[in-house]
Parts: sequence; C-alpha cells; structure tokens
Amino acid sequence: MSTEQEQPRIGVSVCHCGTNIGGFLDVPAVAEYVKTLPYVIYSEHNLYTCADDGLTSIKNAIKEHDLNRIIVASCTPRTHAPLFQYTCESAGLNPYLFEFVNIREQCSWVHMKEKEEATLKAKDLIRMGVARANLLEPQTEKRVDVISKALVIGGGVAGMSASLSLADQGFQIYLIEKEEELGGMVRKYYKLTPSNIDALEFIDNMVNKIKIRENIKIYKSSIVKDVRGYIGNFKVTIEGKSNENLEVGTIILATGAQEFKPNGFYEYGQDERIVTTIELENKMRIKELDGVINVIMIQCVGSREERIPYCSRICCMTAIKNAIYLKKEFDISVNILHNEIRVYGDYYEALYRKAQEIGVHFNKFGENDKPKVLKENGTLNVEIFNEGLGRIEKYPADLIVVSTPMVNISDAESLSKMLKVPLGQDRFFFEAHVKLRPLDFATDGIFLCGAAHAPATIPEVITQGYGAASRAAIPLASGYVQVEAITSHVEEAKCRGCGRCVEVCEYKALELAELENGRRVSRTNEVLCKGCGTCVATCCNGAISMMHYTSEQINAMIDAALSEKVGGGIVG
Amino acid sequence: MDNMFKPRIIAFCCNWCSYAGADLAGVSRFQYPPNARIIRVMCSGRVEPRFVFRAFEKGADGVIVTGCHIGDCHYISGNKKAEERMKLVRYLIGILGLEEDRFRLEWISASEGQKFAHVMTAFINKIKELGPNPMFGKIEEGTECQQ
Ligand SMILES: Cc1cc2nc3c(=O)[nH]c(=O)nc-3n(C[C@H](O)[C@H](O)[C@H](O)COP(=O)(O)OP(=O)(O)OC[C@H]3O[C@@H](n4cnc5c(N)ncnc54)[C@H](O)[C@@H]3O)c2cc1C
Ligand code: SF4
Ligand code: SF4
Ligand code: SF4
Ligand code: FES
Repeated sequence: MSTEQEQPRIGVSVCHCGTNIGGFLDVPAVAEYVKTLPYVIYSEHNLYTCADDGLTSIKNAIKEHDLNRIIVASCTPRTHAPLFQYTCESAGLNPYLFEFVNIREQCSWVHMKEKEEATLKAKDLIRMGVARANLLEPQTEKRVDVISKALVIGGGVAGMSASLSLADQGFQIYLIEKEEELGGMVRKYYKLTPSNIDALEFIDNMVNKIKIRENIKIYKSSIVKDVRGYIGNFKVTIEGKSNENLEVGTIILATGAQEFKPNGFYEYGQDERIVTTIELENKMRIKELDGVINVIMIQCVGSREERIPYCSRICCMTAIKNAIYLKKEFDISVNILHNEIRVYGDYYEALYRKAQEIGVHFNKFGENDKPKVLKENGTLNVEIFNEGLGRIEKYPADLIVVSTPMVNISDAESLSKMLKVPLGQDRFFFEAHVKLRPLDFATDGIFLCGAAHAPATIPEVITQGYGAASRAAIPLASGYVQVEAITSHVEEAKCRGCGRCVEVCEYKALELAELENGRRVSRTNEVLCKGCGTCVATCCNGAISMMHYTSEQINAMIDAALSEKVGGGIVG
Repeated sequence: MDNMFKPRIIAFCCNWCSYAGADLAGVSRFQYPPNARIIRVMCSGRVEPRFVFRAFEKGADGVIVTGCHIGDCHYISGNKKAEERMKLVRYLIGILGLEEDRFRLEWISASEGQKFAHVMTAFINKIKELGPNPMFGKIEEGTECQQ
C-alpha cells in the first residue's frame, strides 16, 4: 500500500489492560478525545488489545475504514510492538506505519493515585503519537546473516541442559563457567529430591554427557569480559586461562544464584554450630555429624522480610528433604521452626507428610516474632512463642541450620550492564514479559534460564534450559534475522562534505564519496548502519535523516506535547 | 500560585537503557509526578540540540535527556557524543536567558527503575522551584547548533 501521497487515515486503539490501565485512567474519555485529533478516522477502546478479539478488531478497522496508520495506546513497545506490527502486516499495512503509545508502564502504573492527571497525560501522549504517525512512511527491512553458534554463560544444571539441547540440534556451543568445575550449586549438596539420587552422581552424569560432545566447547575458570554487537552477530571476549574472542548468533544467560549468607543473623559466622543449609548438606556429605543429637532448622532467615521480601520457594522442601535424611540415615532428631511451611504440588506435599510421619517436629512461630537463639553455659537453645501451643517453648540444639533464600550472584550488576539486560526488584534477572516471553530478554538474541531468573528446583531449571535453547535456536536455524529498517540517509544536496559524521560513526557506516563534479559527499552503507542517529545529531547542515525516527517526526512530537495545555501548564 | 504551576517537561529516553528503566519503574509501580512527556529515541546520541531548543521555544519548562551509563551505550559511544553536545546545549540555554538547571542529562540503566522515578521526581521538583519558562514565546525560531 502506498501512503506517500495519500492523506493519513489513522485508527487508534486504546487498551484497558483489564484494570492495569482502565483502573487508573479514564480510558473511554481518552478514546473519545482521540477522535478530535487531525486525521484520526477511527478510535476504539478494548479490554485487552493484545487478545484475539482486540487484534481482530484492529484488522477489521483497517479494512472497514481504509486506515493507513494504526496507533495502539497500551503497554510498552519493548514487549508488544512486534505483535501489533505483525497484526498490521497481516491486514496489508506496512508495519512501519504503526505507532506505539505507552500509557501503562509510563502512565497508569506510575501515576496510580492521580486519575485525572494520568488521563490528561495519556491524551497528550496519544496526541504526540498521532503527530508522529502522520509523518510515518513505509519501510522495507533488510536481512542480516546469523552466525549459527551460541554462547551459554554458566555451567550449572540450567546452562548444561541448554547446551545439550542446542548441541543436539547441531549447533556449535561455547559454554562458559566461572568455577573450576561444571555443576553449579548442586555440586555442594548431599542428595536430591525428587529421586534421592546422590547430588554429585547426578552432576557427573550430566557433565559426562557434555564432555563427549564435539560441538560443545567448555571454558572453565572463565568469565565473559565484554559483549558487543547484536542478535546474529555478537562479539564476545572471554577471560580465563586463555583470553579468546568468540563470535556467536545468540546468548543464553544461566548464571544461577547463590545462597544468602546470613551474616549478622543470630551468631552465624561466630559460632560454628550455626550453619546454612548448604553447609549442612556438606556436613552430611562428608559425614561430619558426630555427637549431633538435636538439629533445629529455622526457616525464612533473611527472606520474606524487608530486605529480601520474596519467598525463595525451595527452602521449605529442602529443609524437609534434609530432615528426612538426618532422621533416617543419621538418627538425628530434627525440629523445623517456621512461620508457615510452603510446599507446593503433589510431590512436596507428600514429602511433608512423610516427614511428619517419621517424627520430624514442626513448630510455628509468629510472623513478627522470630526465634531467639540463647547460649547458656555453652549450650545452644532456641526459644520461640509456639503458636500451636500458645506458650513460649525452649528447645536444645547441637546444630542450628538457618534456611536462607537464594539470591542473585554477586556480579549480576556488571553482567546486567554488559548484556544490557535488566534486573528486577528482587535483583534477579528480569525477563521481557512474564506471560508472553518468559525466557527472553527484551534485548533481541539474549535468553534466560534457571536460578538466574528466580529460585527454582532442578526439574524446573532443566525445563527452562530446554526452553531457552529452543528460543535461542530459532535465529540460528533460520540463518538470518530481519533487522529494523532504521538507518541514516544522507541528502547529497545538503551535504558539504565536512566529514564530521564519518568521524562519529562507530560502525564505519558512513563514507565520503566523490561525485562526478568533484564534490565530496557522505553516504550511508545501510548494512553497516545500526541506526543510532549520532551522525544525524552531528551534522550541522541537517543533511542526514534517520529513517523511521526523522527529525520532522520528533519535532512534531515535541510540538504536539506542548501544543495544548491539557496535561500540563497552568490549568484552571 | 505555586501550587497551580504544573511544569511541562520533555524527556528524551534512549530505547536501550533509560526507556527500559522507565518501563521498570512502571512494572515496579514506583510513583512519580505526571509532568513529563517521554519521547523515545534509539540512543541519547540521536538527540539534536535543536530538539532541546525547540522544546523550550514551544513552552517546555524543562528538558531532560537520559541515556545508558558511560561505557554501556548500545551503540558504543553515542552517550559520550551526547555528553559533549549537551554541555554546549546547557551553555547556550544560559545565553538564551534560561536557567541552566532547566536542562538535565542523566544516565539511567535498564535496571534502575527506582533511579528513573527519583530522577524524574527531583527534576520536576526543581522545575517547580524555578517556575514557568520565562522565555516562552521569546526564543527566536530556528536557534540551531553552532558547533
Ligand atoms: C540448599 C539447597 C538445596 C537444594 N536442593 C535441591 C534438591 O534437592 N532438588 C532440587 O530440585 N533443587 C534443589 N535446589 C535448587 C537447585 O540448587 C537449583 O535449582 C539449581 O542449582 C539451579 O541451577 P542453575 O544452573 O540455574 O544455577 P547454578 O546451580 O547456580 O549454576 C550456575 C552456574 O553459573 C556459573 N556462573 C555464575 N556466574 C558466572 C559468570 N559470570 N560467568 C560464568 N559462569 C558463571 C556458576 O559458577 C554456576 O556453575 C536446592 C537449592 C539449595 C539452595
Ligand atoms: S498487555 Fe498491553 S496490549 Fe495487552 S491488554 Fe495489557 S496493555 Fe493491552
Ligand atoms: S556531517 Fe553533514 S555535511 Fe558533513 S559530511 Fe556528514 S552529512 Fe555531509
Ligand atoms: S546512524 Fe549511527 S551507525 Fe548509522 S551511520 Fe549514523 S552514526 Fe553510523
Ligand atoms: S543506546 Fe542508550 S545512550 Fe546510546
């Protein structure tokens, strides 16, 4: 469809997102207001624009009203733009004639107590979107070849599962592990639940499968020092025994987690009889439990309170698992002190019942009434207000195990910066979308699995590893990706050949060429250009334009933002 | 009068870091005042000085440009170029008779939702202190980069 000469015919769909938007601003009023804007032919509001009926409604509107521009005002382009662009395309509209307006992440969710102002802001934002949409032009995307190799960062259960799956599909894999051995946290455990298998045996099994694969190259005691480039063409620097530069098409992050060290909680670190769960598992492994008769486990140490507000999911089932081993294999009595036992699913629920049956004690303390560890003549006692019995109780202990949560690795922050992927509020790595893209990062070509995302069990992280592998394999298998048609373009007539733009371009995408009349002008190599726009801002002669982000479009947005005193200014 | 003043702010956010940071502020429900209108650009290096002047000319009370931290720009060094350019912008704004503090450049990463909300709140409060753009209607059209 050619739109260059055509007048814009804009259709706008405003989304309620259930109550996510609809609950905090007046969506029908916004949709009504939109109708008054120039070139807007059609406006609607939907409960969920991204659901089937919302998308169908956009397609129908394009046909019925002969629309040549579509605007969706909803969530963020960083997750939902491809879906709506695809919808436009399937109705015969060039996807570059689509404009996204963010009224959820950047409006309803951040102004939850200011319905009136948020509504005005949404109107402003859509007015800006309409201003830009008027000036949009159709574009054609170029294809870029993909290097059919993948990088997996982290050789725990998740990273190994992902590597194996990708290797099975025939791709070359580079597996980077910081430690001297593959295996991750599981290497430190005694036995695993479900299945009672010896932890080391389980890991060695997996490692052996990896080792024999010719198409998995393992880098132990190595870390990723630098990542440059884009989906299809990442350039990665590995630092370790030898420093190497690798080129890969996709990257999977599987750096796992660590156990929170409860320094400052009870006398951890000062009294050797107070240990974490991993330290207990180690003691069981090396059978270092002589003289221990009573073990007390304290749940939720550090978690589900101010600093680490989340439930770490695995600690209750791990405590129960270990309690059963202590009882059955070491004949040690175990008392689990908890605020509430959180085991889920059939299997762990059954494990909980089994522990009760064989005589593991469970005692509940109050949420704001944490257990106290008392030292009397060198003997350890734990005191709680026992909610079940309604009185203070004191239990003797030879060993106190504090169940602490899993937290993200210490170098998460620097990895997050290097890969340009976000951390969430819980400081774990943050996926592109909880429901739509749970294993992707918003940055194309980078994927996520395992405990790096959130505390999870081994079966769960294996599933995620396989899932991330299949996501990462899509570009590798197709051999190319379409890259956005956002490149610079030099208008020869305006160019004075000063060469400033050539200097600032990091990708050597601009070159001075000599015209027949001897005049020198700059030219863009569209395959090399990444669309940053730095050259555009550099040229004092306004000779460079940016496809899809033209200066005219941005100017129009600025003007539209300030054209009415609807959302700001001095009102009333 | 002070309570009546609702500053109008234009915010340029780079797609890869700050815009993502703004999204994260939303996902985390960090609240900040509703005065800023965000314009997404691919990189802070895309922001032409004349965008900033135009915004002031059209009546913005404050303009903020945000990008990835130095060293983290998705396009290697776009933010360094932006930094150089924006120094000049700050200077020229002074010459135009505007307080330099009406303009701000900040680095906010994709994981700094909290920082995004803080920066916005602080900037908006600063502009509230400074009051309405005194040059609104007085800046000549076509103020351009003289670099
Ligand atoms: C005490 C305890 C007991 C548990 N018991 C069980 C159980 O019985 N059954 C069960 O199903 N689950 C159990 N779990 C959960 C289990 O530990 C996790 O599901 C599993 O370890 C997650 O695997 P992963 O590969 O995601 O992470 P990890 O095991 O943490 O592996 C991540 C790997 O990445 C490496 N790495 C980190 N940073 C970098 C970097 N920058 N560069 C390169 N490599 C890096 C690490 O060295 C590590 O090898 C238990 C957890 C705890 C805390
Ligand atoms: S996710 Fe986005 S498009 Fe879907 S319902 Fe919510 S705001 Fe609308
Ligand atoms: S900066 Fe502008 S005038 Fe100079 S060479 Fe580049 S396009 Fe031409
Ligand atoms: S947009 Fe960026 S990558 Fe493309 S030519 Fe200009 S400076 Fe180079
Ligand atoms: S991409 Fe964020 S500043 Fe360049």
